[in-house]
Amino acid sequence: MMNRWHVLKRLMPLLAGMVLLLSACGRADLSTLRPQGPVAEEQFGLMKLSITIMILVVIVVFAIALYVIIRFRRRPGDKTVPVQVEGNHKLEVIWTVIPIILLIILGVPTIKTVFGLAEDYTKDPNAVQVKVTAHQYWWEFEYPTYEIKTAQELLIPDDAVISIEAKTADVLHSFWIPSLAGKIDTNPGGNVNIMYFEAPKQGVYLGKCAELCGPSHSLMDFKVKVVDRASFERWVVAQKSPVALPADQEIADVLTNQCLSCHAVGANGGLMYPNLTGIGSRESVAGILINTDQPEYANEGSVEENLKKWIKDPEAIKPGTLMPKVDLSEQQLDAISKYLADLKLDY
Amino acid sequence: MSASHVEGKLPHEPEKATLEGRNKVLGFWLFLGGETVLFGTLFSAFLALRHQVGDGNPTADELFKLSTVAIATAILLVSSLTSVFAIQAMHRNQVKAMLNWLIITVILGFGFLGLEIYEFYEYVHEGHKFSTSAFSTSFYTLVGFHGAHVLFGVLWITLLIIQISTKKGLTVVTAPKVYVAGMYWHFIDVVWVFIFTVVYLMGKVG
Amino acid sequence: MAHGHAVKRYSGLMDWLTTVDHKKIGILYLISGGFFFLVGGLEALLIRIQLWKPLNDFVGADTYNELLTMHGTTMIFLAAMPLLFALMNAIVPLQIGARDVAFPFVNALGFWTFFFGGVLLNVSWFTGGAPDAGWTSYAPLSTTTFSSDHGVDYYVLGLQIAGIGTLVGGINFLATIINMRAPGMSFMRMPMFTWTAFITSALILFAFPALTVGLVALMFDRLFSGNFFEVSNGGNAVLWEHIFWIFGHPEVYILILPAFGVISEVISTFSRKRLFGYSSMVFATVLIGFLGFMVWAHHMFTVGLGPVANALFSIATMLIAVPTGIKIFNWLFTMWGGSIRYTTANLFAVGFVPTFVMGGVTGVMLAAAPADFQYHDSYFVVAHFHYVIVGGLILGIFSGLFYWWPKMFGRMLHEGWGKLCFWTFFIGFHLTFFVQHFLGLMGMPRRVWQYLDGLGFNNLNLISTIGAMLMGLGTVFFIINVIITAFKPRDAANDPWEDGRTLEWTISSPAPEYNFAQTPLVRGYDAYWKEKMEGKKAMTPAEPLGPIHMPSPSILPFVMSVGLFIAGFGLMYHWHIVTIAGLGITLLCMFLRSVYDDHGFHIEPDELQDKGVKG
Repeated sequence: MMNRWHVLKRLMPLLAGMVLLLSACGRADLSTLRPQGPVAEEQFGLMKLSITIMILVVIVVFAIALYVIIRFRRRPGDKTVPVQVEGNHKLEVIWTVIPIILLIILGVPTIKTVFGLAEDYTKDPNAVQVKVTAHQYWWEFEYPTYEIKTAQELLIPDDAVISIEAKTADVLHSFWIPSLAGKIDTNPGGNVNIMYFEAPKQGVYLGKCAELCGPSHSLMDFKVKVVDRASFERWVVAQKSPVALPADQEIADVLTNQCLSCHAVGANGGLMYPNLTGIGSRESVAGILINTDQPEYANEGSVEENLKKWIKDPEAIKPGTLMPKVDLSEQQLDAISKYLADLKLDY
Repeated sequence: MSASHVEGKLPHEPEKATLEGRNKVLGFWLFLGGETVLFGTLFSAFLALRHQVGDGNPTADELFKLSTVAIATAILLVSSLTSVFAIQAMHRNQVKAMLNWLIITVILGFGFLGLEIYEFYEYVHEGHKFSTSAFSTSFYTLVGFHGAHVLFGVLWITLLIIQISTKKGLTVVTAPKVYVAGMYWHFIDVVWVFIFTVVYLMGKVG
Repeated sequence: MAHGHAVKRYSGLMDWLTTVDHKKIGILYLISGGFFFLVGGLEALLIRIQLWKPLNDFVGADTYNELLTMHGTTMIFLAAMPLLFALMNAIVPLQIGARDVAFPFVNALGFWTFFFGGVLLNVSWFTGGAPDAGWTSYAPLSTTTFSSDHGVDYYVLGLQIAGIGTLVGGINFLATIINMRAPGMSFMRMPMFTWTAFITSALILFAFPALTVGLVALMFDRLFSGNFFEVSNGGNAVLWEHIFWIFGHPEVYILILPAFGVISEVISTFSRKRLFGYSSMVFATVLIGFLGFMVWAHHMFTVGLGPVANALFSIATMLIAVPTGIKIFNWLFTMWGGSIRYTTANLFAVGFVPTFVMGGVTGVMLAAAPADFQYHDSYFVVAHFHYVIVGGLILGIFSGLFYWWPKMFGRMLHEGWGKLCFWTFFIGFHLTFFVQHFLGLMGMPRRVWQYLDGLGFNNLNLISTIGAMLMGLGTVFFIINVIITAFKPRDAANDPWEDGRTLEWTISSPAPEYNFAQTPLVRGYDAYWKEKMEGKKAMTPAEPLGPIHMPSPSILPFVMSVGLFIAGFGLMYHWHIVTIAGLGITLLCMFLRSVYDDHGFHIEPDELQDKGVKG
């Protein structure tokens, strides 16, 4: 009985560990452990190879450690002096050579992948070219081929290589899509970094900023939306189509004076700050207020609610944001939120 | 203590006569190892930034007058030689000769500094200020760090000259100080040779 | 005059401010390093409390960034480094049979500059904002354009001043170990801890000047409108990353090598066995130190250095696993066939081995650059470096403190409280950081103030926070232990563990002011053990009993550091008179030190009799 309990006690941590492992794979749209595209798969393959080798090493060391810890403990009153061993050439050679072999096994695919992932698609006419510019705390996506600039949501087709050229407008950030592509830093000045990936499965993926960039670093999320080629083409057209200003002249004036001084809707306004064209059909407002009709968490709500929340007090949502608290009456706020929420693109 | 030492009785290498002296010399070698990394990093930063002149600012080629720099180089090289003579005199126990050579070294050091200040003054007037460009910042930092080392060196050696000539004399305590000051002086001389090559010659060429 | 008994000897506070005795300086390092460890630990707890649930508002975003910056900076520069210096100061001279370090005055200077640098850094909490750009302070976030308050100025100047202390401390240990070894103590007979202290000091010597230049450059940019990292004027932000990591990676080995040394000593002593493969251990230490300078760009795989650089640095980094592996197996085979006694010191050492292996293997995983595109700047990295720094270094420091406490203070720490401390800290540690590997792999970036709900991060973060509390509790148990021990009589024997192998165990606990009444003659590796095995009770002296020369205490190191501290404020706030006054104080002290020779004083043999023999 005692014995059986002992065995169980030893198995417990193992079981607990496995449960943890299984539950710890994370969300498919966010986890590096559930790759959704060939680049992330290749990285995951390298991770699996290295984890396997390393678990092997850990098991060997733990086994030896456990054995010596138990086997060679001092009995009370033991005054004997163990044999003073200086070393053992054969053993020392073994534990020098075996790690070297393991490292070669890991090193060769590492180098292969390093060069594979460094491939330059920026001149490839078949690839979708995207220029990513990071800002404190939002992402700008420019499609030079289509002359489109949008923000926060990277819309891409599922049938092409996506070629990224990344840079920053202010401090360092890092462009990371865990389930699709790994990350690349965005450097200032003319220092542009390239990266490519493919997303064969349609859906929405979460992207994050991975380099400390100020107070709202943790809130600098973006989305990658993968659609089929036809939708993508439709989106390109819709994105460039003219957008009507609010019918109510007062609201239209407020919008033009207060919002479009920095932002753009359609051909109106400027492009220094996030383009608002089609903001009503995006997955989130400000990257972190998730648009949904069935809100479950504090940061979720309908598009209109989220827009209102954000415009009302941006600093409360994203500390340190450049978006100011705009002087609007309650009615103006409602009307503008409603107008923006209705800015939907058909694609 | 100094009174009990007759000059003639000092050992041949008085700087290494005591454990304290040997420690000081070894410690100073190590310190110079660290200084090498320090200047190495400054050189790297300068090399990384030296082409970032900016629009409308004078380039290295336009700024540098090799004649002034060559004179400064010559002065510093000669001062290194005179500091060697000082140490040789110390090993021969010729305190007076040692002091004289040290005085000449200090004078040359001040001469170098004078030229450098004049040079910087000219550059600033030509629009090459510390905050002008990445090139100017890294230039003044590298050359200025060296200049500060020279300034510290001449003040240090002056202090030693005063100590030895007024009351302490050359003893196993003061000898290591003179010796490490000599090492220091050689080191900043070597650094200058690199500055002359990397900053000025390469600036003129490329 | 030569036997200058006229030299003033202070007592009380003045004694501590003026001491040049390496053992007392060791204690000063321990107290201040311990204090900063508690400060850094408190910051860690606040961080973990903030992260215990999603979208928490316990601290604000600005405060959070200050906390994470100060936690890292404090732990690395103001806690880990000085705690290692505490052990090195207390033990290295004893292990090589030296009466003193090579430069007692410089040693004191090293402590006081570190101390005032650390104080300056922490003053920032009370003057309108601590540094908030991360312990790495990457430009442009750390430049005045994006960080306009004085926080990063405190970082730059505080670290600069503390760095001077570390650098001169390193030079002191190098010279001590090269020049001050007892007769017969050849390099290949030096205890492993001394060897690691030696290599660490060499790394300090070659790594810290790079940090000095980096900090100077950032200071010039911030205070005098320089352009090193100012992109609009041709500066280069990536240059800072290079300079920082050329210093920063060797810094990691500066931290971990002495811990390796402690573990080697403790495991060997409590296994009653000679260290297995001593010469390969020495070789591995040297190799790790050397490779430490070749791998800095593995912190920059995602910076865009290109595939050639990434491939080279990947392979170079993986190579470090080989000498580290040698060490791990040498420790295991030191225990193999031994007679292992599980004191608290040894529990920490034995716990270190598997823990460090876990930190090491994740290190190799991170070395694979393409996979690092996923790991980089995620919680996986946070888990990795806490496994090597807490699981390696801090366990090593605890082990060393329990092991050498009697030699430092003459009292044994309480074993019961010690074991309680070990188990709470050890379990808490794994609970905190093991789960963070998974958080990182699941897509949680590091240095995040908040995480959204519903991303699957909640449970693991909660577990991690509970673990952190346990680590805090473990630390409290250690403090209780220290307080209890302080009230016990000073009764530790010369060789309180009875299996001591090295020279520090041949003299009384605590060591007398002059360490060795007679310099010992060393006849082999594990000098004391060798004598014991031949039935002798003490070392053979290498010299007759005679007067012992001691350096005089001096207040100058303290005043010099105060001068730098004052100058730091002057620079930061552009108060030129204050700057000049501060630097003037420091230069005046240097002048006085040069003009007034220290003749020291002598302890006569008749004084040794009643002081050397333990009462």
